[in-house]
Amino acid sequence: MMTETIKQSLEELFPPVETAAAPAVEESTDQDAADDKKKAAATAPRANGVITSDYQACGYHVDAQVAPEQLLAAVSKVNEAGFFIESITGVDWIADNQLEVVYDFCRYDFDLCRVVIRTRTDRANPEVPTITEIYSGANWHERETHDFFGIKFAGHPHLIPLLLPEDADFHPLLKDFKA
Amino acid sequence: MSAPIQLRSDETFTLNVGPQHPATHGVLRVKMEMDGEYIYKAETVLGYIHRMHEKMGENRTYAQFLPNLGRLDYLSAMAYNHGYVLAVERACGIEVPERAEYIRVLTVELNRISSHLVWFGAFIMDLGGFTPLMYAFDDREAILDILEGVTGARLTYCYHRFGGVYNDIDDDFIEGTKAFIPRMRKALKVYENLVTKNIILMKRLKEIGPVSAEMCRRYGATGPVARGSGINYDVRKNEPYSVYNEFDYDIPVYHECDSYARYMVRMDEMEQSLRIIEQALAKLPEGPIMPAKKPKIIKPPVGDYYQAVEAARGSFGIRIVSNGDKNAYRMKLRSPTYSNMHLFDEACRGMLIADALAFMGSLDLVIPEMDR
Repeated sequence: MMTETIKQSLEELFPPVETAAAPAVEESTDQDAADDKKKAAATAPRANGVITSDYQACGYHVDAQVAPEQLLAAVSKVNEAGFFIESITGVDWIADNQLEVVYDFCRYDFDLCRVVIRTRTDRANPEVPTITEIYSGANWHERETHDFFGIKFAGHPHLIPLLLPEDADFHPLLKDFKA
Repeated sequence: MSAPIQLRSDETFTLNVGPQHPATHGVLRVKMEMDGEYIYKAETVLGYIHRMHEKMGENRTYAQFLPNLGRLDYLSAMAYNHGYVLAVERACGIEVPERAEYIRVLTVELNRISSHLVWFGAFIMDLGGFTPLMYAFDDREAILDILEGVTGARLTYCYHRFGGVYNDIDDDFIEGTKAFIPRMRKALKVYENLVTKNIILMKRLKEIGPVSAEMCRRYGATGPVARGSGINYDVRKNEPYSVYNEFDYDIPVYHECDSYARYMVRMDEMEQSLRIIEQALAKLPEGPIMPAKKPKIIKPPVGDYYQAVEAARGSFGIRIVSNGDKNAYRMKLRSPTYSNMHLFDEACRGMLIADALAFMGSLDLVIPEMDR
């Protein structure tokens, strides 16, 4: 029930556009090259949009990937629907040269619905807007994500190390971090 | 509550509570800006016991990471074991035999009671009453002995395995648990008469430390903190996992939003856990404790997986991002006290320092779990 409502609400962020026809995949006789292509397609970052996930298989209902500019709008929608913030974290997709920020939301009532909002940012200059204005509890989560990944949360009131030492200038969860 | 705090004088001073302070239950530091006895502003400083479990999760195989889970929340380690194995089982599609799930529920609920007993003793000691700690630790000792017999550990359990549990429970466990239930019920009566109805306790806790339901939502508070604010949220009921659906038990909810409400939630929860244990023992099915077919090497398919469980302090969540390797690509641990403590900075403004420390005790902090 809630799943449909929040999905529709989040889909408003993505007005339908005329999609260009996908370029036809060139037929390749080379088996290895074909395999590589399949692999690349499977691991390539997905396009922004909202998808309904199989709750039994992955543990959440709605999975929305938005652009950093759309983040505040998306989180506001989740906030208006009465969700509470579960956590914020990052993932370093070094192969795509991108950092992903993942926001988890859940509900207190029995209309179970877990919403994941993700956004990707450039790895060289990672910056996303803060959501502390909407969810006060995001404060520590964003500071932690800044500690571990070096992602800047623009507008954050107090972006200093939380779990790492106060003079830390390293980001241990980056995949190219060497201790 | 969110109205700006009026400074009573034109001078404030900084009071440093912790990192070594009995009221912070570990190495937590709170920088308080004081206006006399009143808190004008507080800033919590974390990280004194940060060990980077999330990085260890990336450097180790899934099985090697199991012992780490017992080292997050050392008081209710079993629930963390449970959450992790459930997450990996969800990712790999491993079927768990029914008997194993019953044993998991039994151990988790026993551990929940022992965790609440430590909180109970320590909380009353925060408030200046020493005796209840002795009673609480005596009863807790009985649980630790029962769990030690079957898991081999007293605190940092590593008992649950992907697909089941490490070894089957024996007659000692069953007899010990059966004998423990009436003992604990008697003890709860003693606590009620000795502590709960104590007028000093009521005066220290009632209408102290208000946390509104809306504040819980903004901060993501879960567990007894949310349930003391009138939010009927318990992962065991809202998002049923394991075999919790097969038992008849209630979720205690109080609407007063004060420290006493949080106290009452935990005291009532112990009785509810006893009910679950009683039913689980009565219904305990025969059968294997590990599935017949289980992958030798744990390699979840590409994707990310989320699993939440109700630990003693709230919703413990685990997010595994897998790239199909034998190590996780990313292992996020969402700990409940992290969110519960976060609202302290806002809620304690304008409070007397003695009340603020009582309020902090009612949040039930475990620092290694916050700092991870």
